Amino acid sequence: MLTDKAGKGVQNDAPRPGQSAQNPLRTGGNLLQLVSPEGERISHPEFDLWIKDIGDEQLGSLFEDMTVIRRIDTEATALQRQGELALWPPLLGQEAAQIGSSRSLRDDDFVFPSYRESGVAYIRGAHVSEIAQVWRGNALYAWDPQRINMATPQIIIGSQSLHATGYAMGVQLDGASTAVLAYFGDGATSEGDVSEAMVFAASFQAPVVFFCQNNHWAISEPVRVQSHVQLADRPTGFGIPSLRVDGNDVLAVMAATRWALDRARSGGGPTFIEAVTYRMGPHTTADDPTRYRDPNELEDWAAKDPILRLRRLLDVKGLLTEDLEGRVKAKADAVAAELRNSCVNMPDPQPLDVFNHVYSTPNSWIERQKDHYSRYLNSFNQPVEEGAL
Amino acid sequence: MSKLTFARAINAGLRKSLENDPKVVLIGEDIGSLGGVFRVTDGLQKDFGKHRVIDSPLAESGIIGTAVGLAYRGYRPVCEIQFDGFIYPAFDQIVSQVAKMHYRTQGRVKMPITIRVPFGGGIGSPEHHSESPEAYFTHTSGLRVVAVSNPQDAYTMIQQAIASDDPVLYFEPKRRYHDKGDVDESIDLSNAMPLDKAAVVNAGSDVTLVAYGPLVKTAKDAAQAAADEGISVEVIDLRSLAPVDYPVVEASVRKTGRLVITHEAGQSGGLGAEIAASITERCFNYLESAPVRITGFDVPYPYSKLEMHHLPNLDRILDGVDRTLGRPNSLSGLEG
Ligand SMILES: Cc1ncc(C[n+]2csc(CCOP(=O)(O)OP(=O)(O)O)c2C)c(N)n1
Repeated sequence: MLTDKAGKGVQNDAPRPGQSAQNPLRTGGNLLQLVSPEGERISHPEFDLWIKDIGDEQLGSLFEDMTVIRRIDTEATALQRQGELALWPPLLGQEAAQIGSSRSLRDDDFVFPSYRESGVAYIRGAHVSEIAQVWRGNALYAWDPQRINMATPQIIIGSQSLHATGYAMGVQLDGASTAVLAYFGDGATSEGDVSEAMVFAASFQAPVVFFCQNNHWAISEPVRVQSHVQLADRPTGFGIPSLRVDGNDVLAVMAATRWALDRARSGGGPTFIEAVTYRMGPHTTADDPTRYRDPNELEDWAAKDPILRLRRLLDVKGLLTEDLEGRVKAKADAVAAELRNSCVNMPDPQPLDVFNHVYSTPNSWIERQKDHYSRYLNSFNQPVEEGAL
Repeated sequence: MSKLTFARAINAGLRKSLENDPKVVLIGEDIGSLGGVFRVTDGLQKDFGKHRVIDSPLAESGIIGTAVGLAYRGYRPVCEIQFDGFIYPAFDQIVSQVAKMHYRTQGRVKMPITIRVPFGGGIGSPEHHSESPEAYFTHTSGLRVVAVSNPQDAYTMIQQAIASDDPVLYFEPKRRYHDKGDVDESIDLSNAMPLDKAAVVNAGSDVTLVAYGPLVKTAKDAAQAAADEGISVEVIDLRSLAPVDYPVVEASVRKTGRLVITHEAGQSGGLGAEIAASITERCFNYLESAPVRITGFDVPYPYSKLEMHHLPNLDRILDGVDRTLGRPNSLSGLEG
């Protein structure tokens, strides 16, 4: 329970958008849930408004997107096991968090992800081959950031929270009504950059939404090693309102993200969303969670599976038809086949490509090294003289 | 032509860049109403507003990290790091983000960020206020690193740095901020010496002496003193530390056969080592003696009462010149 100025109790979840700094900030509180794990729609006085346009058809398409990205994940994991990808960071269990948030974005909004947001990239319009090439080792760049308004995967933990804030400051300078969304994990909240990003965002009231996917683990370290308080309680000290949402409930994620993006676009400043979810797979394909994780924990969370939950909702509403299931399966099959094909047929980069694009202007040091290395490579094509060693 | 101090020259260059390009924004600590602790940004916030000359929170990683985002959005941020020793909290953003974004995105995202750093010693400061961190950055591909040595270059090169589509670390020799010099403010940037070119600032034939930033003046003084003894020293102001303009250094060493490099930074793994190795590779057969480095010691920057021992001065440089010439010097007899 928060208390307003008059001392009257206000409910955590009462509608209070665009608060001024004088009023208590909306913070964390009860987990926002719009669909129960059993698939029942839970009505909510404020947040129902933010998803009132989500009808039967949209529910079906959310189901499709979540199923497709799970399929991308399964296929990519298999490709890694077969040696076609060097590494893969699975998103299994985080489908609602990724789809609910990314489907809330407008085209002109800009996203700064970590390495795990393959589902977000898919929604933004990255081709599956672009998603695969980073993990295949064919390129560092993935997709064209300007084409899909999404930065390339970020491996330095939390770094992108500052980039998002700076971009949002640029949006303010432009006088535009674009919002910026930064993704990071629970572990990242321990990094200084995330705190610095919140300082800058609050000071300049930058239109940025910090979207933290609390999947409970940072490789082998549980979230309690990162924080003594709920993550959603942290931004309050920076003067940033926050929401704690059930990250396995796609409608709750969507409502919260739309609320935050709207605040950003309309000059309300930054927001922090903690999406409480669970990484059901390993951290990456190089990780072995059985070394550090209690199998019962996984079982508990499997019961809260985000796709299962949406299926139940669809079922309750009588929408889980053979037709829908068939269409979704066909789409997932097609995307998976596309991923596999484009991955195994991807041409290898050329040796001298290693020197390209370090600078946008010529650099004498690199040009010399490139010249020397190309001579070296060419020396293999020279005929060996008779009698030479 | 006007006579300006170093600090005013940079200020004039910043002003010109702000005027010419609405995408240029300045960001840093105390750069607004105070005009920076060295007053380099004096008056700019008053004339261009708080949105173009931004007083940032006290967070160096934040300054550089938000500049990355601003560059992503199409801006050309000019970041001020208040003192050399305070750049380390921003090191990750500089080397992992600013330097690599162009490569990472295969040229799709440019990082036209200028990072201004007052560097070097000689002003009697406390700890963390006199460092020479340039080698950390010259070692990082993707960054251009320059150090200015006179007001004219300071004026021109800050504008070139800002206009560069690549990120530039712009090192300002803080002990020279109050030195005055002629500045041609009407200089046409397209005719000016390119940012990555070295300049021969004193012609000579016996020894090549390479310096940059605050030590260029000392090197020129040393050449003058050597001339009194009949030794002709060619002084090269590197200007660009990454990339180093090797053809200019090479041509000089082919002529003189001898090389002395001087910098305030410690010796090991420093720029002098890089230059000595590269020149040895390129002109081994022309060298009459091994290249010599006259640098700060491999110690943390000392307390100011001792800094005059740490910093290369005219006499230590001349001692190095003597070494390359085989004249009697402080190390005479050591190798024998
Ligand atoms: C600065 C930095 N330190 C360490 C790592 C190694 N690392 C990669 S992912 C990771 C865990 C991150 O956990 P979290 O932020 O919770 O995100 P999640 O992987 O759970 O999505 C670590 C320690 C890194 N990439 N960057």
